[in-house]
Amino acid sequence: MSAPAIDPVRTPVTATPARKSAGKQRTTPARFDTALGWSDRPGPAWALRVLLCALALGVFAAPFLTVFSGSFSEKASGSTLSFLPHHPTLLNFQVAGERGIWDYFGNSLVIAGGGLLLQLVVCTLAAYALARHKFRGQALILTLFMLTMMLPEEVIAIPLSLVLGHVPVVGLDLKGTVWGVILPLGAWGFSVMVLTEFMKDIPAEIEEAARIDGVGELRMLWQVILPLCKPALGVAGVLGFIMIWDQYLLPLIAAKDPTDYTVTVALSILRTDPEVGSGVVLAGAVIALVPSLIVYLLLQRSLVTGITAGATKG
Amino acid sequence: MTATVTTPGPRRARVISKKAVLPWLFLAPGLLLALVFKFLPMGKGVWLSFFDVRPFLGDRWVGFDNYTRVLTDHRFQDVVGHTLVLGIGMSLGGIAAGFLLALLLEGQARSLKIIRTAVFLPVVTATAVVGEMWRLMYYPTSDGLINSGLGLFGLGPVPYLDNPDTALWATTAMGIWMLAPYNMVIILAGLAGVDRSLYEAAAMDGVSLWQRLRHITLPAIRPALGIVLTLAAIRGLRVFTEVYVLTGGGPAGSTDVWMTRAYTLGFSRNDIGGASAASVLLLCVTLLLTVTVNYFRKRGDVR
Repeated sequence: MSAPAIDPVRTPVTATPARKSAGKQRTTPARFDTALGWSDRPGPAWALRVLLCALALGVFAAPFLTVFSGSFSEKASGSTLSFLPHHPTLLNFQVAGERGIWDYFGNSLVIAGGGLLLQLVVCTLAAYALARHKFRGQALILTLFMLTMMLPEEVIAIPLSLVLGHVPVVGLDLKGTVWGVILPLGAWGFSVMVLTEFMKDIPAEIEEAARIDGVGELRMLWQVILPLCKPALGVAGVLGFIMIWDQYLLPLIAAKDPTDYTVTVALSILRTDPEVGSGVVLAGAVIALVPSLIVYLLLQRSLVTGITAGATKG
Repeated sequence: MTATVTTPGPRRARVISKKAVLPWLFLAPGLLLALVFKFLPMGKGVWLSFFDVRPFLGDRWVGFDNYTRVLTDHRFQDVVGHTLVLGIGMSLGGIAAGFLLALLLEGQARSLKIIRTAVFLPVVTATAVVGEMWRLMYYPTSDGLINSGLGLFGLGPVPYLDNPDTALWATTAMGIWMLAPYNMVIILAGLAGVDRSLYEAAAMDGVSLWQRLRHITLPAIRPALGIVLTLAAIRGLRVFTEVYVLTGGGPAGSTDVWMTRAYTLGFSRNDIGGASAASVLLLCVTLLLTVTVNYFRKRGDVR
């Protein structure tokens, strides 16, 4: 647990040594750059690599193209799945809209936005205390937050649904409200861990200087520490978003009736509707897919960094 | 700083107590949420697993009855088997595929980065969306995406998800597809840390490619592989959404896994005690696995 501090910007990612060895690289023969010694020059090995890359793309990326083309196809069934839409049309999206897909999408956006905001605030506050303060029981608290990461939602699903129906002490019924999904996502060990590790590396002098100027705790966090934490906030934000958008069981058990579902859960409603074809299901899938795709393409570096950082901590 | 030390007694005491309270104010929201929505449900789950839960009638203490009932239920024994097949298949297949992908896509070229970005898509896609995608790809007639591919080789359509013999394997394949790019990223990070001069030295000694992989690359990425294996195994044990979306546990219960069974028990059959017992058992197995793997990792690799 006390591995060397993680600096999410500089953790070894795929392209880490690039900056350092950029000069050296040109002088070293290319065949020592990779484990298999791939060559950049055209030749039999190069052709093989191109072929294999095409195969990998075909297996892992091409299905997404068929989803997009199917969602724009006039008549998509298993038979017409291809890479280009047949008779391009927006009809599928229109039908999906009539079945309320945009309402589900709205639920998803509220939950993802609110959940992420709450998660970032809660985890930043906790990380600030853990990284910049010394207090008794610090190790225990850190372990508790780690446990939230190791405790799978699936395992506590049934009692959690009881708790959501009747929150102890206050006695609120959170079922059927977005709070039922948002609140359980608030404390996420991963974000606490990434932010704590990052905040620990901020030099004490900066904080001391600000303290002499009479800066209070909240301003210290907001105006001194947080601006320096942008890379870590990026990592926590991207992974948090992907994690929240991927939730299935939680929105399912927190819903009172199907209108409370998120768009990912609602896909099953579209599928079991006998009156719509697979083109409409695919349109729903595209709607559920696009936000995470945008986030990924814009912030993929943070995402990959986060996954590597999370894994080395696991 | 020195000012604090020289302040008179009472004021200093107040400063210290304020200092002691502060961190807890910052920690309070997180701890409260974790307590109410994580640890309380966990405790409640353990508690309920010893009861016959009867809404409106009051719960009745039954001791270990729920556990014996769950463990002796032959459907549950099947479910454990499916979970193991799915979990082990997904983990090992995902690691093998991830390793091959990493070896293929290692490098600094821009084109490789673009390919890596595209190959990584299954990881960022919500599991439910992946499930719907694969249901259509597995379309059972000869015009389904995968079946029409098979048709090119003159092979007949396979009813992947509708046949109890193939459904579990079809689900495993989807799991591997989702896990492999994730593993690729972690293994790539491991590969980036391999000392290049070792490759050079090996080339001078005239070592074959296979020997180079076996004696330089594999030992270097062993820590990364250990992590990947742990994560995959834990994920495999508690697999839920993948199965629930793709097959719902069918056909004929052939893909029913530990968590889908617990879900059915709890939410469809209203057997909350039994479902809690099944969940607690899974939690114990998961924890045991984590602790065991960590123990071996600490003993095996210094990192």
